[in-house]
Amino acid sequence: MSQGVEVVGLYVRDQDEALEFYVERLGFRVHTDARNGHYRWLTVQHPEQPGFQLGLFAPGPPVHDEATAQALREVVAKGAMPPLVLVVDDCRAEYERLRAKGVEFTQEPVKRFGSVDANFRDPSGNGWKMVEARAVAR
Amino acid sequence: MASGLGDEQDRRQARQDPELLRRLLRAKDRMDAASHEEWPVGRLARVSHVSEAHFARSFKEAFGVPPHRYLLTRRIERAVALLRDSELSITEIAFETGWKSLGTFGRTFRDVTGESPGELRAREKASPHQRGPVPPCYLAAAHRPHLTIAVSEKRRREGSDSIPANEDNEPEGT
Repeated sequence: MSQGVEVVGLYVRDQDEALEFYVERLGFRVHTDARNGHYRWLTVQHPEQPGFQLGLFAPGPPVHDEATAQALREVVAKGAMPPLVLVVDDCRAEYERLRAKGVEFTQEPVKRFGSVDANFRDPSGNGWKMVEARAVAR
Repeated sequence: MASGLGDEQDRRQARQDPELLRRLLRAKDRMDAASHEEWPVGRLARVSHVSEAHFARSFKEAFGVPPHRYLLTRRIERAVALLRDSELSITEIAFETGWKSLGTFGRTFRDVTGESPGELRAREKASPHQRGPVPPCYLAAAHRPHLTIAVSEKRRREGSDSIPANEDNEPEGT
């Protein structure tokens, strides 16, 4: 595939903290970690999804003025950013594995709608729904 | 610490410490996960590691509603789902969603949704939603507006005394 969405980014409060979370805890891999002055372009990838990068970006200069950066930090910390969905083969097993790694779950696995789902947040406040892939898709 | 223009709007809209907000979010998440439980301010304040007075003020500033009212809307939201999707009796749903009194549940439910639990159930049964083919994420998202409606509705009625200040209080008279 040569066309499509390649990078979607999250705002995080601290890129080092986010990197540790997404790589050491969730099991993502670093795709790009490039600095230019104070700016840091940081993206990670799901190990089974080489065509897509998740950007971990910090609000601030040179992209944002300080008031805008502060507003973005607040919105992220309030959990008001759009929902994120992670598909897994076994939601309960992943829940146990990630919880043991200190991931902050906001909802334990629940069986509903023919699947199992759980919720967690990254350290910044971004909310993820972890959904078990259904045996019969579509 | 953010520097910036100190005008009125700036102070009102963008002056909460993100670290504090993250801890307030944790309290909100805990209410979401167990809205049937009792969440006195002291318990919530401990989750957020702030004083009770600071918690109540900061929570309202962050999320637009006081914590007890947020909890109440979540309980109603859950009751609506149970009325629609389960065969539980209204009494069972009242206790399942955290009310100690059926009367308080009924009154609060009407204040928030504009109809009684029985009316809502009857209406839902009469026109069942088609939801087989909807993916679960979209389905969950589609349920969200109920909260928005409840909150705005409650805000609209904020001046009215029909909503008890605390869901556990029995209102005086009608």
